[in-house]
Amino acid sequence: MSAPARSDAAHGGIEPASTAPALLRNFSIIAHIDHGKSTLADRMLQITGVVDERAMRAQYLDRMDIERERGITIKSQAVRMPWTVDGRAHALNMIDTPGHVDFTYEVSRSLAACEGAVLLVDASQGIEAQTLANLYLAMEGDLEIIPVLNKIDLPAAQPERYAEEIAGLVGCDPADVLRVSGKTGEGVPELLDRIVQRVPAPVGDPDAPARAMIFDSVYDTYRGVVTYVRVVDGHLDPRQRIAMMSTRATHELLEIGVSSPEPTPSKGLGVGEVGYLITGVKDVRQSRVGDTVTDAVKPAKDDLGGYRDPRPMVFSGLFPLDGSDYPVLRDALDKLKLNDAALVYEPETSVALGFGFRCGFLGLLHLEIVRERLEREFDLDLISTAPSVVYEVRMDDGAVVSVTNPSEFPEGKVGEVREPVVKATVLAPSDYIGAVMELCQSRRGEMLGMDYLSPERVELRYQLPLAEIVFDFFDQLKSKTKGYASLDYEPAGDQAADLVKVDVLLQGEKVDAFSAIVHKDKAYPYGTMMAGRLQKLIPRQQFEVPVQAAIGARVIARETVRAIRKDVLSKCYGGDITRKRKLLEKQKEGKKRMKMVGRVEVPQEAFIAALTADAAESKDGAKK
Amino acid sequence: MSPALPVGDPAPEDGALPPSAAVGAEERALALYLHVPFCRVRCGYCDFTTYTAEELGGTGSGSSRAGYAATAVREVEMSGRVLAAAGLPARPVSTVFVGGGTPTLLPPGDLLRMLEAVRDVHGLAPGAEVTTEANPDSVTPGSLAELAAGGVTRVSFGMQSAVPHVLATLDRTHDPARVPDVVRWAREAGLQVSLDLIYGAPGESRDDWRRSVEAALACRPDHVSAYALVVEAGTKMAGQVRRGELAPPDPDDLAAKYEDADALLGAAGMAWYEVSNWAARPDARCRHNLSYWRADDWWGVGPGAHSHVGGVRWWNVKHPGAYSARLERGASPAHGREVLDDDARLVERVLLGVRLAEGLPVTALPPEGRAQVAGVVADGLVEPGPGGTPPGRVVLTARGRLLADGVVRRLLGW
Ligand SMILES: Nc1nc2c(ncn2[C@@H]2O[C@H](COP(=O)(O)OP(=O)(O)OP(=O)(O)O)[C@@H](O)[C@H]2O)c(=O)[nH]1
Ligand SMILES: C[S@@+](CC[C@H](N)C(=O)[O-])C[C@H]1O[C@@H](n2cnc3c(N)ncnc32)[C@H](O)[C@@H]1O
Ligand code: SF4
Ligand SMILES: [Mg+2]
Repeated sequence: MSAPARSDAAHGGIEPASTAPALLRNFSIIAHIDHGKSTLADRMLQITGVVDERAMRAQYLDRMDIERERGITIKSQAVRMPWTVDGRAHALNMIDTPGHVDFTYEVSRSLAACEGAVLLVDASQGIEAQTLANLYLAMEGDLEIIPVLNKIDLPAAQPERYAEEIAGLVGCDPADVLRVSGKTGEGVPELLDRIVQRVPAPVGDPDAPARAMIFDSVYDTYRGVVTYVRVVDGHLDPRQRIAMMSTRATHELLEIGVSSPEPTPSKGLGVGEVGYLITGVKDVRQSRVGDTVTDAVKPAKDDLGGYRDPRPMVFSGLFPLDGSDYPVLRDALDKLKLNDAALVYEPETSVALGFGFRCGFLGLLHLEIVRERLEREFDLDLISTAPSVVYEVRMDDGAVVSVTNPSEFPEGKVGEVREPVVKATVLAPSDYIGAVMELCQSRRGEMLGMDYLSPERVELRYQLPLAEIVFDFFDQLKSKTKGYASLDYEPAGDQAADLVKVDVLLQGEKVDAFSAIVHKDKAYPYGTMMAGRLQKLIPRQQFEVPVQAAIGARVIARETVRAIRKDVLSKCYGGDITRKRKLLEKQKEGKKRMKMVGRVEVPQEAFIAALTADAAESKDGAKK
Repeated sequence: MSPALPVGDPAPEDGALPPSAAVGAEERALALYLHVPFCRVRCGYCDFTTYTAEELGGTGSGSSRAGYAATAVREVEMSGRVLAAAGLPARPVSTVFVGGGTPTLLPPGDLLRMLEAVRDVHGLAPGAEVTTEANPDSVTPGSLAELAAGGVTRVSFGMQSAVPHVLATLDRTHDPARVPDVVRWAREAGLQVSLDLIYGAPGESRDDWRRSVEAALACRPDHVSAYALVVEAGTKMAGQVRRGELAPPDPDDLAAKYEDADALLGAAGMAWYEVSNWAARPDARCRHNLSYWRADDWWGVGPGAHSHVGGVRWWNVKHPGAYSARLERGASPAHGREVLDDDARLVERVLLGVRLAEGLPVTALPPEGRAQVAGVVADGLVEPGPGGTPPGRVVLTARGRLLADGVVRRLLGW
């Protein structure tokens, strides 16, 4: 029988640096978004006694404001917890991971530090798309999988039914699927026991030169760069000189320790241990995720083989509303980048929006979160342009141009345009097969296969252009399946497609921020929509302003902003000339905030409104 | 509610003017504005400095209608002292305008007492224009005759509309059928007559508006002012618009109605001389109004009144109670003021001058603005010179009048 390992006596033999690998268990909690990973982690923190009643709060490990407000996990968090089974104290390293598809790379990094994975499934929802995606990641890494149904306290829970489903998926007996409630704590001690029994202990050579894999690297204002590692071979000690195997750069260790869950300095880290290092470096790029840490004096010969860097999938321009904030934005991006390897950016200038940055993101949620953090943590007001994927344009003369910004689409003779595609997995109740297929077809999807996970639930696999799904695909999918479908996708190369660039012109002048690369069939709807939107937003001028959408020189849509007919104060203000003059001066100030497109004065707010109409539409798609 | 006063510098306690105010005064006319801050009820669109009896209830004798003339007379007297002390030459007043509010809520004798004080302090120039505003339901043949006998030469009636539902939307209480009568009475008393109209009230059709203009013309007025309805912040009407109870005025509709008015008035032989003002004859133009557009000197007497003397603008405290309290203790009622610098004077000169049919000499424009003249002519906003030569004066075309603010901004090089 098990018991919380509270007393010091029970901790005997599991001090970091001196725990036998046989007493260590490293596991991640993986699941579809919102299936309760962080809440289960809470119960584990409590039951193992590392966080007491008083300090406890819901989703304890979601520390960022933005995580707490949105109720989602963005960054993985590792915690060391004691747990005694059969009178033997063990040390468990648990990593709570994010569930959203944008942050899959966080999950894979976490899994690389573990021997086991708790596959959590909401007992009222069953298997969903990221359940599968994350399960496959764990299986690729050869991890021991512990299937668990969560939220069994819910009246809507159907544990029997979903235990079958999971058993079918991982190939176990339905009776082996544990049932827990992260809310009440029911079944959690048994789960911890199961982890100790089933997850293999880490193996490594304690006498070999030290090798530790960096799986996270975080900049902290007070402590500098904090590097999270999993030791594979050898041993890391306080005050040891370490080296980064990729750069050979050496650093003094200032602190070494474990999170339990607050950072706790230790005498070192041995084989199989998960912990953190502080070296005093100020830039996370000197302590890169995926790199191998070794001993500076007695370095290892081979590194552990890193991770591939997350590749940005979606690009968008970020511009400060107040042009004078540009340097603030630049510094802010530099700082965020320290904790976010997936974020890339380079300066961009737009006629409509001024100076800003073209930024690359993992997906729309990532975009939204970066933007929100910039606004919140650096007090910036930002506008983001419509997200775009990366196109490869092959010119007739053989040149190949990679286009992350539609306004940079080459002008000359274009031979072929290639767009990124993804392999998408949609899980839905079988009643909705038709609706899902229809949606995927309308998005130029190509069906790859379909499987029944159970009589009621199907998995549909499609190849889809990334550009077709980053926008509102998820919302559409949800609304067409009454919320029951879930989606996961992964990059799957590129394909040639009939893509064109649509420009939006005011009085014949291009407005760069509105150029878009779209499929030929979508060019007309896009052009009409944008022209219509701008027509409503652009204030009337002293002359008529045509708003056009065009492919090259061919106009495909036209609206007109009629000339203003009245711009005069014709009221009797008596002798209050001061008021009249001030009104006029205010109009002058107003004009200063206008962007000139040719002769047309457009308030920046109009551009912003035209751009954010999309953001508002796709907003709900970001969560879930 | 009444319009917020501008933000300026504090005015000195004794109202003294800086010496700069006297420069060139010999060449400028002096006008006098007498404000009467009372109305029987407040119209929903109005943000002028005016108070109903209830609004003033219990705020002391100084602010009462009965005591008002005596208080205003004190400011007239102060005007003589302050102008003289600043070294301005004695100038007889060329125009007097009694405005409101509703001046005719006061007995004619009160208005005449104020006029008398102007005569005593400054003198009235020969042929001086003396106007009073009046609401159609606040005059009688007798009161008009009395005013005329006391020296008033002109009356401006707030007709606003001839259409009952439009008058109702505007909260106007008078019977439109009374307007021809009051005009006849005024004319019989020997007064020149002007009619004020407002276009663009919510629910007013083009036909409603044309009917109003025609009804005004049927009275054969000497002068017509037609103002586009402005929904001023803080008014009852602004609340109605915000809550969606009334539609805000539509600029295209306002433009069409302006053109309607210009066409109908023109056909009846009336000519525009300022964007919102038409006169039956050149000598029927409101000279007092022209003083404002030409940046003459004027002294505004009364709560919330504005004055301008030689590039110094000031404005009085708004509340009649505060106003009379100041005068009673011998202090100036001025609340704030601004001394215009050269830039501001230039802006005002262009802003005001461009609105007049007589136009503004091109030489009065800043160089950046002069460079724009060809452009505004090409855009059909300003009349070309004779025979298509560059114009010597900037005179707005009909379209230009409707876009005057934009033209001004261009001519200032903004
Ligand atoms: N009734 C009930 N609700 C639960 C249980 N576990 C989690 N929840 C609720 O489910 C929601 C999501 O829980 P989280 O723990 O944030 O889920 P998560 O998997 O960490 O979500 P992401 O990190 O965003 O992927 C919250 O509202 C929790 O309160 C449970 O066992 N029972
Ligand atoms: C000083 S006001 C008041 C005169 C008088 N009390 C009356 O209402 O008849 C002079 C004129 O300004 C016009 N006016 C007042 N408020 C206005 C508004 N909000 N919009 C347009 N014109 C307005 C009316 O035509 C009014 O006759
Ligand atoms: S009567 Fe004239 S001054 Fe009085 S509230 Fe109405 S519009 Fe304003
Ligand atoms: Mg979570």
